[in-house]
Amino acid sequence: MENLGGLFNPSSPDMEAMTDLTYYILAISIVILAIIVVAVTYIIIRYRKTPGDKTEPYQNFGDTRLEIVWTVIPIAIVAVLFQLTCSTMKVIDPPIGDREPDIVVIGHQWWWEFYYPDSGVITANEMHIPAGKKLLLRVESIDVIHDFWLPELGPKIDAVPGHTNHLWFAAAEPGVYLGACAEFCGTQHANMRIRVVAQTQEDFDKWQEEELVVPKTPRSGIAAEGAELFQTKACMNCHTIFGTPAAARIGPNLTHLNNRQTIGAGVLTNSPENLAKWLIDPQKYKQGSLMPNMKLSDSEVKAIVAYLEALK
Amino acid sequence: MSKIPLVPENTKPLPALGENQGMLSWVASVDHKQIGIMYLISTMVFFVIGGLEALVIRMQLAKPEFDFVSPEVYNQMFTMHGTTMIFFVVMPFLIGLGVYLVPLMIGARDMAFPRLNALSFWLVVFGGILLYYSFLTQSGPSEVGWFAYAPLSEKPFSLNKGPTYWALGLLATGISSVASGLNNIVTILTMRTKGMTMRRLPLFVWMILVTSFLLIFVIPIIASAFAMMLLDRLLDATFFTPAHGGSAILWQHFFWGFGHPEVYILVLPAFGIISEVIPVFSRKPIYGYEFVAGSTVAIGLLSMGVWAHHMFAVGLGNVANLYFSLASMLIAIPTGIKVLNWVATMWGGKIWFATPMLFATAFIIEFVLGGLTGVAIASVPIDWVATDTYFIVAHFHYVLFGGSLFAIFAGVYYWFPKFTGRMMSERLGKWHFWLTVIGFNMTFFIQHFLGLMGMPRRTYTYHDFPYWGSMNLLSTIGAFVLAISVLIFIWNIRRSLKHGEKAPDNPWNAWTLEWATSSPPAVHNFDLVPPVRGRRPLWDLEHPDNPDEPNAKIVL
Repeated sequence: MENLGGLFNPSSPDMEAMTDLTYYILAISIVILAIIVVAVTYIIIRYRKTPGDKTEPYQNFGDTRLEIVWTVIPIAIVAVLFQLTCSTMKVIDPPIGDREPDIVVIGHQWWWEFYYPDSGVITANEMHIPAGKKLLLRVESIDVIHDFWLPELGPKIDAVPGHTNHLWFAAAEPGVYLGACAEFCGTQHANMRIRVVAQTQEDFDKWQEEELVVPKTPRSGIAAEGAELFQTKACMNCHTIFGTPAAARIGPNLTHLNNRQTIGAGVLTNSPENLAKWLIDPQKYKQGSLMPNMKLSDSEVKAIVAYLEALK
Repeated sequence: MSKIPLVPENTKPLPALGENQGMLSWVASVDHKQIGIMYLISTMVFFVIGGLEALVIRMQLAKPEFDFVSPEVYNQMFTMHGTTMIFFVVMPFLIGLGVYLVPLMIGARDMAFPRLNALSFWLVVFGGILLYYSFLTQSGPSEVGWFAYAPLSEKPFSLNKGPTYWALGLLATGISSVASGLNNIVTILTMRTKGMTMRRLPLFVWMILVTSFLLIFVIPIIASAFAMMLLDRLLDATFFTPAHGGSAILWQHFFWGFGHPEVYILVLPAFGIISEVIPVFSRKPIYGYEFVAGSTVAIGLLSMGVWAHHMFAVGLGNVANLYFSLASMLIAIPTGIKVLNWVATMWGGKIWFATPMLFATAFIIEFVLGGLTGVAIASVPIDWVATDTYFIVAHFHYVLFGGSLFAIFAGVYYWFPKFTGRMMSERLGKWHFWLTVIGFNMTFFIQHFLGLMGMPRRTYTYHDFPYWGSMNLLSTIGAFVLAISVLIFIWNIRRSLKHGEKAPDNPWNAWTLEWATSSPPAVHNFDLVPPVRGRRPLWDLEHPDNPDEPNAKIVL
């Protein structure tokens, strides 16, 4: 069986608890539905009017005892459901106390910014985490309401402007987990995807070190031209590259774009060819995206791609 | 009845229906039956428009990474589909059905305020025109969803005129809804015929009464929010813009403070239809009348205290989440009582499965499914799995289509002979029924799984994950089956209006007062209102040896 994802592939202890609760309550629901379906089917077969029968059946107005029975039984079921709800929430959503967040998640139209306060790493759309550790995320938004959601890893949580939320977050095993924004946030809500890369602690530490490296600006060749264009062609008005004057946070931090697997929050896989396509006309791949078509010439595109590829 | 008439009799005659005045006799009418029929016709028009929007949505999702329409158009389509179906189809249909039937069912001549009644109807039309006018503006209609969450619906994120027209149009229908709520309440409380006590009121009228109280309590919440939103958009106020000290979450409290009771506004009158149809076709009185009526009141009260279950992912904290979780689960209890009473009414009957009863029977199953998934997502952790996914889309379509719309179809087939004097075709009715059942379940059942697998709502495109393409395609095919079923339904109405078999006054051998007058009823409704000595006046007349209330006093 292929991986169906979401509820069918719980990959963290919290998600497993939520999956168990969902299956349990859905099972109760299916039993109740089955009782009603059987009763109605029986009625359809048994109490159908026979043609030509003009008599009226026995006129039964009700029975208070029966009404009490079928009031009390649902009350008991609701009590069980609520008890299960409370006990699951205790497991997956304990109080955060005064713990500082491990990662700050910031929603933007239509991409995600991840900031690691301890190390100072800033990246976009791909969140690296050490597997098997329960992390605390702080979830914020810079513009409209978004929702941070990894269907295999845990609950959804809204990113609300002017309101800070927290989320306990973990992945049991190393691997790549896919997620997306779950709250409608405008034109490109569909392409506001998330990749969580869960790694062993060693790999995670290594990744973090790489991210912190301030790359050297190329001094010669086509890449140097690209570096020049990046500063003059308005790229720097929105993007950051460490070690250069570009420090804006309207668009994703591009310092280590090389390390990321996709472009445009999941619309294209990251390769020099795709990066060139994206620079020629971002609106073609992500219509409505806040990155405008900069009307770059082919040689300018080549130079900027070379520059971004050279950053290491 | 009290000595002081709460509603004074008209001293001047109301504008009379002119014979042969064509359209003018409709446009100028204050007769509740004509207004009711105009409600039903205009909702049919909006139903077709909303359905076409749904087909665009389903076409776009028929395969992964499809580009049938642009993301903007897709977002406009789901915004307009939801808004249209809720505010311009289900709500005015049920209100219109009430406008037509309530005076007849309680033996009255008209609504308490006939002119207000006409105003209510024309405001719905006006609201619909305002909403759809936005298609003619430069950037088209609103594309921020029927929920219009701030700050996305505010400047600077939505600079087009769509959301402004959207709010204005809905403000107009809001005024209309409050007016019809008041009109219904006064009519039902003061204009019942002799002997029609509250305990003998037909259940449809009970449900309309509770719905009307909900209307006057909750519509003002959203109307104020629309006004604030318009102030934000037009006069640079900042109620809902966090960047300037407003609150984005406040909008959600207003919206769902109205929005959840709204669900019951959309479904309680549907319960009323079912509570009329099932007894008549089972040939038995409703089982547990007091419990069906009482549970409606309970649902009405509870519905106003559960709104934040739409906001479990907003981060309100676990105390609030758990309260709203429990309160929401409690609604399952009165709702369950209703379902079991309907089943008990059928039990031991001699059931005639004409088209109205087919829809009513299917309603029970579809609605129970929608209700059970509703109880599941009242549990906070399950909501965190399901919210904003296709699971929710499936859930509320089972409630609003499998519930409200199935009941509406049952109601149309049931009362059509009374409205028009002609029967609808049973043969076409059965085609309509079966295609609706197949198309509906094909479209929406699979969406439960899509949602649990992780497909978010309101996305114009999706990656080709395992099975997503084929499951979405199945759903799209189902939507087209549904479209065919609607065409058959419309054809059935058209054909039956012209060529339908002539209907007798009481074709179903039913028991409530609307069946005691001619089909269609005369302008003055009744020549003589039959005596009411029980809940089923026409049963009592037909079975003097076995009346419902043998000891009832004759009220003169």
